[in-house]
Amino acid sequence: MTALPIRASRAPLSVLKATTAAALLVMGLGPVLAAEGGTDATINIGSLYEPQNLDNTAGAGQGINEAFNGNVYEAMFRLNDDGSVSPSLVKDFKVSDDGLTYTFVLQPGVTFHSGDPLTSADVKWSIERVTSPDSKSSRKNSLKPIASIETPDDATVIVKLSSRSISLPYNLSYVWVINDKAKDLQSTEDGTGPYALEGWQRGAQLAVKRFDKYWGPKPENGEVVFKYFTEATALNNALLTGAVDVITSVQSPDSLAQFKDNPDFTVAEGKSTTKLILAYNDRVAPFDNVKVRKALARAVDDKKLLEAVWGDYGTLIGSFVPPTDPWYVDLTKTDAYDPESAKALLTEAGYPNGFTFTIDTPNYDPHPLAAQFLQGELAKVGVKVNINVITANEWYTKVYKAHDFQATLQEHVNHRDIVFYGNPDFYWGYNNPKVTDLIKASEEAKTVDEQTEKLKEANIQIAEDAASNWLYLYPQIVVSKKSVSGYPLNGLNSQFFAYGIKKAE
Amino acid sequence: MLIAAAVLFLLLRLLPGDPANALVSVGADAQQIEAARRQVGSDLPISAQFVRYLGQLGSLDLGTSFVSGVSVLEEIGRRLTVTLPLTALAFVSAILLALPLGILAAVKRDRWYGGLISVVSQLGVAVPVFWIGILLVTAFAVKLRLFPSSGFPPSGWRDPLAALHQLVLPILTIALVMSASLIRYVRSATLDVIGSDYLRTARALGAGYGEALVRHGIRNGAVPVISILGIELASTLLGAVVVERVFSLPGLGSMLLSGIEQRDYPSVQGVLFISTLMVLLVGFAADLIQRLVDPRLRGPSGGRS
Repeated sequence: MTALPIRASRAPLSVLKATTAAALLVMGLGPVLAAEGGTDATINIGSLYEPQNLDNTAGAGQGINEAFNGNVYEAMFRLNDDGSVSPSLVKDFKVSDDGLTYTFVLQPGVTFHSGDPLTSADVKWSIERVTSPDSKSSRKNSLKPIASIETPDDATVIVKLSSRSISLPYNLSYVWVINDKAKDLQSTEDGTGPYALEGWQRGAQLAVKRFDKYWGPKPENGEVVFKYFTEATALNNALLTGAVDVITSVQSPDSLAQFKDNPDFTVAEGKSTTKLILAYNDRVAPFDNVKVRKALARAVDDKKLLEAVWGDYGTLIGSFVPPTDPWYVDLTKTDAYDPESAKALLTEAGYPNGFTFTIDTPNYDPHPLAAQFLQGELAKVGVKVNINVITANEWYTKVYKAHDFQATLQEHVNHRDIVFYGNPDFYWGYNNPKVTDLIKASEEAKTVDEQTEKLKEANIQIAEDAASNWLYLYPQIVVSKKSVSGYPLNGLNSQFFAYGIKKAE
Repeated sequence: MLIAAAVLFLLLRLLPGDPANALVSVGADAQQIEAARRQVGSDLPISAQFVRYLGQLGSLDLGTSFVSGVSVLEEIGRRLTVTLPLTALAFVSAILLALPLGILAAVKRDRWYGGLISVVSQLGVAVPVFWIGILLVTAFAVKLRLFPSSGFPPSGWRDPLAALHQLVLPILTIALVMSASLIRYVRSATLDVIGSDYLRTARALGAGYGEALVRHGIRNGAVPVISILGIELASTLLGAVVVERVFSLPGLGSMLLSGIEQRDYPSVQGVLFISTLMVLLVGFAADLIQRLVDPRLRGPSGGRS
């Protein structure tokens, strides 16, 4: 939805402004002055992703990672904005020679917001919360190799694995360390982060305040308020009018011009991990045929689509792996746009006159637009597309759970999620034993280099098989007031570390 | 009320999707999805779910949200502190706008401004609420910086001026749209009165035009307008859904919308139950007021002919 331009005549408006302003002042309703800058400043962050609750293992949505990861809760390790992983609540760790025993020593002097000290028992409880049968965490599977957790003393945690897991530190960066005495994690918190929850007004905003007993460096601001919006236009207006200082991730390309041409704002482009893909159900005909999938990949001009949606922003990808993942290879040349060879491949595959299929299309941007674009592109090679619009909720029932679909459009936001292609039971049903083995072996690798090599090989194979049709990588655009700086640009896994944000005085 | 509850319950279940889906994300396995279904009870047959729901209603328990785990009744209470003042103030503003304009449009229907009022109000009926909202935001928030473009202060009504300041544009949006149709009703009710025999009689007895209109006209003209007001007030409650979205207000409407998106049945059922109740109450109140204004409606025994 775009705002309608208004070209009202200046004179009557300014008269109206003066009189209304005067009236308001008399009534004591003058516009609230923006908060002061400096080290005690309040940073107002505008976002479209309100958490549904405050527990990241109970369906809170990506908004909770944005607000809480690294801000309210910390993990044993931290996934930095550049994609690297560094110890956070862990001071030191050792890995046994067989790679099956990890010994972690915790940071001393860490205090929960409730005042309790951090102990190894809290860490054990926190990990088991994610791996428990009740957990709805999407990360549960990645922690499967954990066989047992021991706590010989208050500062030491020993994790024993059933098989090697080279990404254990990375996977632990998703596991919030919570006080094991905490209750009602859906509406309260007890973490160790630089901010403590101050208040949450559902449907409107969530405020966190600097925690004075924080063990690490003091945040650059005193308070952070996440303000939530359902309409991108309303969010943009809030930034224009100064109600928010920064927008975590701009999702309406049309609105960028008003900020780019305005010296009061900074438009910054980071690297995203969000991919728009056309996923086929690789189990069913004709998509069980590699040639058909390759033909469809060649029939679609991804560049044209990206430009239509995002203009100059965004990145083309040749596979599911974005450039920030260590196993990225430039695969845009594999099955590049070539409608002639697409037709030839279709003939070879036994569909000289094309075929008809249905794309289950989520009802929110950019999916409907992309579906129409695909309809047009594929018609040129004789393939007819029906568009079936569904809600996000139906998508889970029909596509994700029941696998009752031919093809679907979907955005995948996670970092390092190539592993989904190693799971033949995943919704798209891609099943290449070579890839499954490579992905499994990569996790059991002895070194990061070995892991990277194996995943690169898997990546290339997946692209060769045209397992899905990877359309483009979203841009990650953060817009802020000129006076505000120090925010994370890439927002990996929707994280938005707020402690470095400064507001000029 | 019971029938309404049953219809709501069934219609919601006809929507494709599953409330458990709001609890899982991509990466969850079949086992986790089943666990989520057990947690929200969507694995039970519909009849069993309905019995459970009726049992809760019987004890005036609207349940807890599947998604946030918060008591639905408490959440509705919090949301009403936004929606009720918004609706009430918009309603009063609409009346304050529509009554004088409508009467003026009728009395001065031969003058150019009488005609103009009719035309503009006719147009106003056709304009969608969200469009008015966007126009007002662009003009008064983005260009003139007089009012905030959206939101509601977290302190709520503890700081009444700040809260009111935030609500000016949403109130104006609803009031404008609502007064458009009200003006037309007021105008036609006034026209009826002006053309009536009793007014002519009053004037023949020596009353001035204005005096006759005030003494005899208002009461008579008010009866049909009040019943329309009742309906309008009820629809304002529903119109708040759209306005709350445009202005990002944490009201009942936004609770309903996100509830439907997530198939959070307890929230949706709770909101619809409470709003149905309110619509019935408003209708009842309109009836009562009509009887107060017009003694002829007070039943056959007490009526004068």
